[in-house]
Amino acid sequence: MEKLNFKLKAPNAAGGTRAQAIVGVVASGNLEVLLERVLPGDDCTVDIATAAHGFGAVWQAVVGDFVARRAAGSLRISINDGGARPDMVALRLAQGVRLIEEPEA
Amino acid sequence: MMLADILASLFPTGHDVTVTDDLITGKGTLRGGGSIHVLGIAGEKDLGVDDAVLLAGRVLQIVKAGDGVPILVLIDSSSQRMSRRDELLGLSEYLAHLAKSLLLAEAQGHRTIGLLYGGSAAGAFIATALATGTLVALPGAHPAVMDLPSMARVTKLSIDVLKAKAEATPVFAPGLENLAQTGAIHAVWDADRSLAEQLLALLAEPPEHDTRDRLGADRGGRLKAVAIAQRVVALASASRA
Amino acid sequence: MNAVGVANTLSLSWYEASARQRVAALVDSGSFVEFIGPEQREMSPHLGIFDLPEQFDDGMIVGQATLRGRAVLVAAQEGRFMGGSFGEVHGAKLTGLLRAAHTLGHDVLILFDTGGVRLQEANAGELAIGEIIRAIVEARAAGVKVIGLIGGRAGCYGGGGLIAGTCSTLIVSEQGRISVSGPEVIETNKGVEEFDSRDRALVWRTMGGKHRYLIGGADVFVDDNATAFRNAAIAALDDVGRFDLTVLEAEQLRLERRLRRFGEARDAADIWASLGVTGPAEVPTLATEDFLRRAADKRETADDAR
Repeated sequence: MEKLNFKLKAPNAAGGTRAQAIVGVVASGNLEVLLERVLPGDDCTVDIATAAHGFGAVWQAVVGDFVARRAAGSLRISINDGGARPDMVALRLAQGVRLIEEPEA
Repeated sequence: MMLADILASLFPTGHDVTVTDDLITGKGTLRGGGSIHVLGIAGEKDLGVDDAVLLAGRVLQIVKAGDGVPILVLIDSSSQRMSRRDELLGLSEYLAHLAKSLLLAEAQGHRTIGLLYGGSAAGAFIATALATGTLVALPGAHPAVMDLPSMARVTKLSIDVLKAKAEATPVFAPGLENLAQTGAIHAVWDADRSLAEQLLALLAEPPEHDTRDRLGADRGGRLKAVAIAQRVVALASASRA
Repeated sequence: MNAVGVANTLSLSWYEASARQRVAALVDSGSFVEFIGPEQREMSPHLGIFDLPEQFDDGMIVGQATLRGRAVLVAAQEGRFMGGSFGEVHGAKLTGLLRAAHTLGHDVLILFDTGGVRLQEANAGELAIGEIIRAIVEARAAGVKVIGLIGGRAGCYGGGGLIAGTCSTLIVSEQGRISVSGPEVIETNKGVEEFDSRDRALVWRTMGGKHRYLIGGADVFVDDNATAFRNAAIAALDDVGRFDLTVLEAEQLRLERRLRRFGEARDAADIWASLGVTGPAEVPTLATEDFLRRAADKRETADDAR
């Protein structure tokens, strides 16, 4: 497995108060994204475990692009990848942030 | 060891165990008095609906008689019977019923000992060997979840690759040693010593609650299972509504 | 508490839903508390040597919840991760939950979605299944009910089928399948004449929810939606939980009788005809209401048994 790690800055901290959220499933063409609200302010880290080696630059682009445009600050994002395409990755990241921003019941 | 030799070594003072259509039934006399019910499968037979319901029925007769006499399950089977008919008729219910019957017998005071002397695989292994209170084996027994060639086909890895990986871990490949390490097998008996004595020694050990996960951790074959299960119990108990 | 985002609980397809979505839709809103959740990162220690990706919860979600106010313990398998298969951690979570059920006296809901044992951890998975079966029996002997829900993409195969056979009640949808050997395994071992694994109609006639319901292999038949499963689970919680010699003797008679009645049947349709179901050939295409109407008073039951 290849392990990648990115430390980024988001424009804003994620809204809401939920401590964590999870989306997706580790299956072919899919991925799971765990989001934990544990970092200060607009810091954001993304850890990726993937069986597809050598796609670091693609991950960097997708993740960097997402975090630059979305309020993903204060989030530790952890990904288990089942071989997802970049658009699926972006979708899950967006779903994840939306979920963690959902008001608590 | 051949079944006849096993029975002779187990019951030097006598037994009435017979084999019909590869299903074993009967009773054996223990050294020093007392008896033990004997059930099982021989001839590497596959376990189908007809076999399972027959064996389960025998177990339930024993429970109904309520004699508190232990039950020895002798095992030399292949896997569950792989057929359209058996699945059509609900094989899962029949195998589950056999396992439930053995577990009920144990709960009702009949110590259940599994003695694996040949093969046992997959659903048959679960319904017989793994459903006994204590599982022991003779050297040469060859339990398997699935044979390596089938595993190679399903995982799309070559047999050589699988064998190489199996050197590093006991967690997937077939074999007595691996299943002992993961905690399934309580002990491998010595084929050169009296089986009657080893059986008596085992019956003298106090019966325990299911400690196979603890055994797997101690032997290094399953390092996480017991801790995970204990943690779930602790969390469930702590957060009572 | 993990936010799951269920858009419309009322019509959530059980078959299409993830394990987390099923749990959220099944239990009282907001009542689910997970044990060893994904943030604990208790993953499989065995997939790495096969260079296979891990999932944070190892494909098994366990926790407690309420169902119409009653405390229950819940387990759900994610059928799309490694086919919902039983590995060391996956299995141990369910073993622990069932042992807790015994201690606490709480009923258990198991949301099955499994192809059986995970081959990469075969021995650990098989052992876990043995331990789970024992834990279910011990809990049931203490009066606990263990209710199985089957309707996911992976079905309920292999050792999962045996665990299901140990439950006190089984709720199944048309999409659900229960079997020990899967279609491909039968075909590979015994040939395509014995079982053509690509004949989907044959698979569903032989192993599918409607057949299991008719033959008494499942107790409740529901539509493929979360509300139907939830209502059926609530009703099942009102049953009396029993596990003793009387129950198993009834089960023995039931299973013997089934072999006498249908042991020579060549196909499920023959069995349905034998049961007296009107228009047996149409069963696979019937909508739920029609199916239940035709099944009523004709199907085999397991009410005093199992």
